[in-house]
Amino acid sequence: MITLPHVLTLSGILFAISVAGIFLNRKNVILLLMCIELMLLSVNFNFVAFSRFLGNIDGQVFVFFILTVAAAESAIGLAILVVLFRERRSINVEELNTMRG
Amino acid sequence: MLIEILFYAFAAVLVGAAIGVITSRNPVFSALYLVLAFFTSAVIWLLLEAEFLALVLVLVYVGAVMVLFLFVVMMLDINTEELRKGFTRYAPLGAIVAFIMVVEIVNVVYVKRLGLDVLPAAAALPEGYSNTRELGAVLYTDYVYPFQVAAIILLVAIVAAIVLTMRQRAGHKVQDTVKQVSVRREDRVRIVRMPAEKRDEGEGAGGATPGGAASAGEPEKGA
Repeated sequence: MITLPHVLTLSGILFAISVAGIFLNRKNVILLLMCIELMLLSVNFNFVAFSRFLGNIDGQVFVFFILTVAAAESAIGLAILVVLFRERRSINVEELNTMRG
Repeated sequence: MLIEILFYAFAAVLVGAAIGVITSRNPVFSALYLVLAFFTSAVIWLLLEAEFLALVLVLVYVGAVMVLFLFVVMMLDINTEELRKGFTRYAPLGAIVAFIMVVEIVNVVYVKRLGLDVLPAAAALPEGYSNTRELGAVLYTDYVYPFQVAAIILLVAIVAAIVLTMRQRAGHKVQDTVKQVSVRREDRVRIVRMPAEKRDEGEGAGGATPGGAASAGEPEKGA
């Protein structure tokens, strides 16, 4: 039978991979957005696992809301990306220095 | 035992797909690997008996969000070689950070005092249990206000995405509602004062409508 630590470990591995992905692809905004989606997925794994093993449905409600917010976030993020590309003809993060940050 | 084997198999596919997402040379392949990752996650959620969320994950993520990602990736003409500079330079750092995180999480998860590993296996669900029904029963009662907030968030996202990507092109004919509503009579109508003229006789006879109306009414009277 699957136990809770198995799922938590899987979610931890997934989260670590997506953090490594942010390090590797830190110039490509699309890849950064994909890594964020992957992170949210691994967090959802935790919620689903705890909901199942503690016998409480509330965790799955949280996953529902996280999915909603993640969908809104990626829609707005991609819209910003399209506008950015239209202005700069590039999505390189290093060229985004208008704010002198 | 079968469930365990399935879990390990799909977990392996999931980890492989995640590694594919972050190491692919082409962003299109990354997006396709991410589709595979979401699909495999949905299967694992089915194994964890979260059926509704598994199906929502496939419908919303694979069906909508990833298609959006693919559209954007294919629409933009990106120079991937430029973006991949420094990939190998930062690979060791990323690997080290990821390794440390995995070690930490495994440590926390398997600490004996936490008792996560002695937690009893998930209770068998009763006959006729419906995950969707249970979720709906909680969602529309205890979580009804968060539910409505989620709806507003989606609405704001729709409006924001449209406003961000809309642009006015030159030579593009659009209605300006503000201009239309705020127009005054003086802008459009010019009243000209001129002396009265004598009406032409022939035009007056042809344009006489009362006669035409009477002839149209006659058949009705006969019937």
